Amino acid sequence: MSSTLLTSVTVLVLAAFLGFELISRVPTLLHTPLMSGTNAIHGIVLVGAMLIAGSADSTLEQVLAFVAVVFATINVVGGFLVTDRMLEMFKRKPSEGGDA
Amino acid sequence: MIFALSQTTINVTYLVAGVCFVVGIKRLSSPATARSGNVVAAVGMAIAVGFTFLDSDIDTYWLMLAGMAVGTAIGIASARLVKMTAMPQMVALFNGVGGGAAALIAAAEFHRLAPDSGHVASDAIGAMLFSALIGSISFAGSMIAFGKLQEVLPGRPLVFPGQQAANAALFAALLVLGILAGTTEAGVWLVLLLAGALLFGVLLVLPIGGADMPVVISLLNAFTGLAAASAGFVLDNTALIIGGTLVGASGTLLTILMGRAMNRSLANVLFGAFGAVAEGAPGAAAADADGKSYREVTAEDAAVMLAYADRVVIVPGYGLAVAQAQHSVRDLADLLERRGVDVKYAIHPVAGRMPGHMNVLLAEANVPYPQLYDMEDINPEFPRTDVALVIGANDVTNPAARSVPESPIYGMPILNVDEATNVIVLKRSMNPGFAGIDNELYYDPGTSMLFGDAKASVDRLVAAVKAA
Repeated sequence: MSSTLLTSVTVLVLAAFLGFELISRVPTLLHTPLMSGTNAIHGIVLVGAMLIAGSADSTLEQVLAFVAVVFATINVVGGFLVTDRMLEMFKRKPSEGGDA
Repeated sequence: MIFALSQTTINVTYLVAGVCFVVGIKRLSSPATARSGNVVAAVGMAIAVGFTFLDSDIDTYWLMLAGMAVGTAIGIASARLVKMTAMPQMVALFNGVGGGAAALIAAAEFHRLAPDSGHVASDAIGAMLFSALIGSISFAGSMIAFGKLQEVLPGRPLVFPGQQAANAALFAALLVLGILAGTTEAGVWLVLLLAGALLFGVLLVLPIGGADMPVVISLLNAFTGLAAASAGFVLDNTALIIGGTLVGASGTLLTILMGRAMNRSLANVLFGAFGAVAEGAPGAAAADADGKSYREVTAEDAAVMLAYADRVVIVPGYGLAVAQAQHSVRDLADLLERRGVDVKYAIHPVAGRMPGHMNVLLAEANVPYPQLYDMEDINPEFPRTDVALVIGANDVTNPAARSVPESPIYGMPILNVDEATNVIVLKRSMNPGFAGIDNELYYDPGTSMLFGDAKASVDRLVAAVKAA
């Protein structure tokens, strides 16, 4: 195993433990927003899609990379916006009471 | 590249992004800080994406800029236009495209490296195939979940004989294809692997009933995280490894927590207990045809029951959400309170289509928080409640969950509305609910049925209470 790979595996293992620890006490109320928020975070594949798109040399690779960038961008942009819309609902104070 | 940063500098920014993700997830798991948590995570994403532009490996920009423009337009439009009720399927859709992106990255890298046989480092090819496999399963599975929640596909479990054997065989075939693709490095095996994984994703989710969809989406969310992490191994990119793994791990735990809230184990959800039991007990759904009778009431009679009650508990469900009746319900509750009736809302953990979904909808209608009660807090109240008003909720009120061990929902915690003196159920028709199970509550002598669209019915109640 190369040292780069070992470093990557170290990062993976620690991130996995951290991921478990982070949300061990989450109220049911927040299950959907939390799922949606973490959903947006795995949109980090966008970084990978960008790197592929930036160095694609055959037409096939360009097509694959383009679709990957589109998909990943939808994941990131849509994911964070939808989560924000959900959480916006909780922020409003009952006393504000604006009629909708 | 005019202004390229060194790989070390970019990796430092990835570390900053990773810290933002950790802090973001942490804050997302507490109500007071949740919204800021989402912002922190988004900032982390902006940092990672922004500094990737300065990576010296990038030769061309037009392709990614075009893709990002298209993706941003679609993402903004769909996130803004979607109704609150359709939120769950939108999450499924966003999750699916993320998985698809991971699979496409793997396919593109395979194509780039495979022609020079032997140039693919063995650990990279493993990660590549894993990313292609899991990403495709997540993509196809999420699309089916979307279809079911959007009601493009039937919400009921779709099962055929020998399905589990077929799935197991397909999965074995996928492993063989993975080994062939990894050893021969021939593109044809990868294409077959991708196609097989898509099929597997479809077959995995089709037999799962609509009521279990939240758990499935959460699981597929964790899958996409893992696919992103393995794409990080392919590209030797720390940002992908950290972000993907965090989601993979927290998503797995969230899936377990959600299952626990619904009293459903993951194995139970995945291997189609809902479908299997429904098939095994053919008498269960047909029973209502022979002899059981229910009582229908007019809006006027129901309004009188409500107006002269001391304690009313409103049980909102998905029917309320689809009919967008939350504002009318608020009006009804205000009207009753002005007459001195004590009104509370009972929120089942999985009311609506997902945990927390109903809280969002009621918050949108400005229903005061103190009136919302969790299941544990409201259940002791039902015996001294005069009227339980069930609006478009079904399975979460089904007493079969307590009393009928053969029922597919046996053991699921429910709201004990049947303990209230009177129950008024607002429902479109006598058709069974999302899980496809008959509800004996409707045949109880203390239950009155008011048929119609939830919003129309509540509006009729509001008018009738005013007149009462």
